[in-house]
Amino acid sequence: MFLINCPYCGERDQSEFTAGGEAHIVRPKQPTELSDDQWAEFLFMRKNIKGVQLERWNHAHGCRKWFNMARDTSNDRIHAVYKMGEKPPIK
Amino acid sequence: MKNKYSIFSLIKNAFSYHENWQRAWRDPEPKNEYDAVIIGGGGHGLATAYYLAKKHNMSNIAVVEKGWIGGGNTGRNTTIIRSNYLWDASAGLYDHALKIWEGLSQELNYNVMFSQRGVMNLAHNLQDVRDLKRRTHANRLNNIDAVWLNTEEVKKFCPIINTSQDIRYPVLGGTLQRRAGTARHDAVAWGYARGADAMGVDIIQNCEVKGIKRNGDSVEGIETTKGFIKTKKIGVVAAGHSSVIANMVDLKLPLESKPLQALVSEPVKPIIDTVVMSNAVHAYVSQSDKGELVIGAGTDAYVSYTQRGSHDVVEGTLKAILELYPIFSRMKMLRQWGGIVDICPDASPIISKTHIKGLYFNCGWGTGGFKATPGSGDLFAHTIANDEPHKLNADFNINRFVSGDLVDEHGAAAVAH
Repeated sequence: MFLINCPYCGERDQSEFTAGGEAHIVRPKQPTELSDDQWAEFLFMRKNIKGVQLERWNHAHGCRKWFNMARDTSNDRIHAVYKMGEKPPIK
Repeated sequence: MKNKYSIFSLIKNAFSYHENWQRAWRDPEPKNEYDAVIIGGGGHGLATAYYLAKKHNMSNIAVVEKGWIGGGNTGRNTTIIRSNYLWDASAGLYDHALKIWEGLSQELNYNVMFSQRGVMNLAHNLQDVRDLKRRTHANRLNNIDAVWLNTEEVKKFCPIINTSQDIRYPVLGGTLQRRAGTARHDAVAWGYARGADAMGVDIIQNCEVKGIKRNGDSVEGIETTKGFIKTKKIGVVAAGHSSVIANMVDLKLPLESKPLQALVSEPVKPIIDTVVMSNAVHAYVSQSDKGELVIGAGTDAYVSYTQRGSHDVVEGTLKAILELYPIFSRMKMLRQWGGIVDICPDASPIISKTHIKGLYFNCGWGTGGFKATPGSGDLFAHTIANDEPHKLNADFNINRFVSGDLVDEHGAAAVAH
């Protein structure tokens, strides 16, 4: 349980948001040319990092906009919040 | 040689004020080399070591555990044991475990307090009724006991349930597996540890794995906080931390780790003599032998390795509990905790070889691993010893995420994940 600083609405309780999982997984441009291994990688395989992870969140009970976050999954501390399309501020 | 626990050893030790009991397991320093090393000293890991030694004559093995044995999810779950899964593959896997549970205390000479008090799953809407009825039929085709109870029968079986039809989630019926029940989680870890130790397995606690040494496509050993341990076979049974181990060899797993919460109340006199689970409202209740209500809540919907979980999840669960059991309205909750569960996209586990020779994973048990502890250990031991899966865990290989042959228990396993 923690607070999230929505880039559009400001600081709100985490329960207003929906987690969208790992960020920056790009949908393949040519889906028909993908092998089964590449599909599995895109659909299922995740880094599931213990530490700072880049992830997507949606302010479901607020502005309903998507944005990205760098959050430390070992202590739920949020290091950065950035809009969709922007480069991650931390590696 | 371990002394056998019995009424006679109890009397004998009473004369020396219980000060001369033999240690249940040793506390060895790691050797330089083992035939196999199990990473993770929870129930599944210790069971794996036990069956490797017992059934496959591999006694030069070690279990390395970063904390203390049974201190992770083994000690953080609601100890529910059942096998009423929908799909054939899951039914085979979980009923294999249930059959071992039935004789486990005798086999281990350790009372795991397995209690077949029955598990009841409630239906709250018409779709639940259809799904649960379908599941009882599927269970019976797989030789797993299951019966459908209507609302009156539910009330008769567990009189404290509120069966009024004007509540938010009215009880429209439920399924009952009478062979299902609960066990004592610590005793399971300790019993397997004692049994494995007696056969020569080294259980090394406070030993965290820092890296895995590879030579091309095979493993050579592990780097730990107690030094390098050489081995050709590594079985990873690290539950929520499976991805952390996998990332050491640049292996990606289809897992997300999330906190799952449970809580217990103050102890009271016997009030509920079974286990009641509800999929729709995500609330599980049973009563421990100490008298505490053991309540299971849901997972947080985001990846986290913090062993606590959000308050709103507990709040949601308790709201549902209070509506279903108004008698609990003045109960005080004593303790709350979270465990990190590794959830697969299809909510089924992975008991599998990997593309790296000598590296095996037993993970993805998600929210329901405790019930499978004996079966999981037995099948994982078979997989490690023979470098081939047993027919019961063949469907639970890691390649199903490539082939698409998933064991989709998400909506089918009688719980929402």
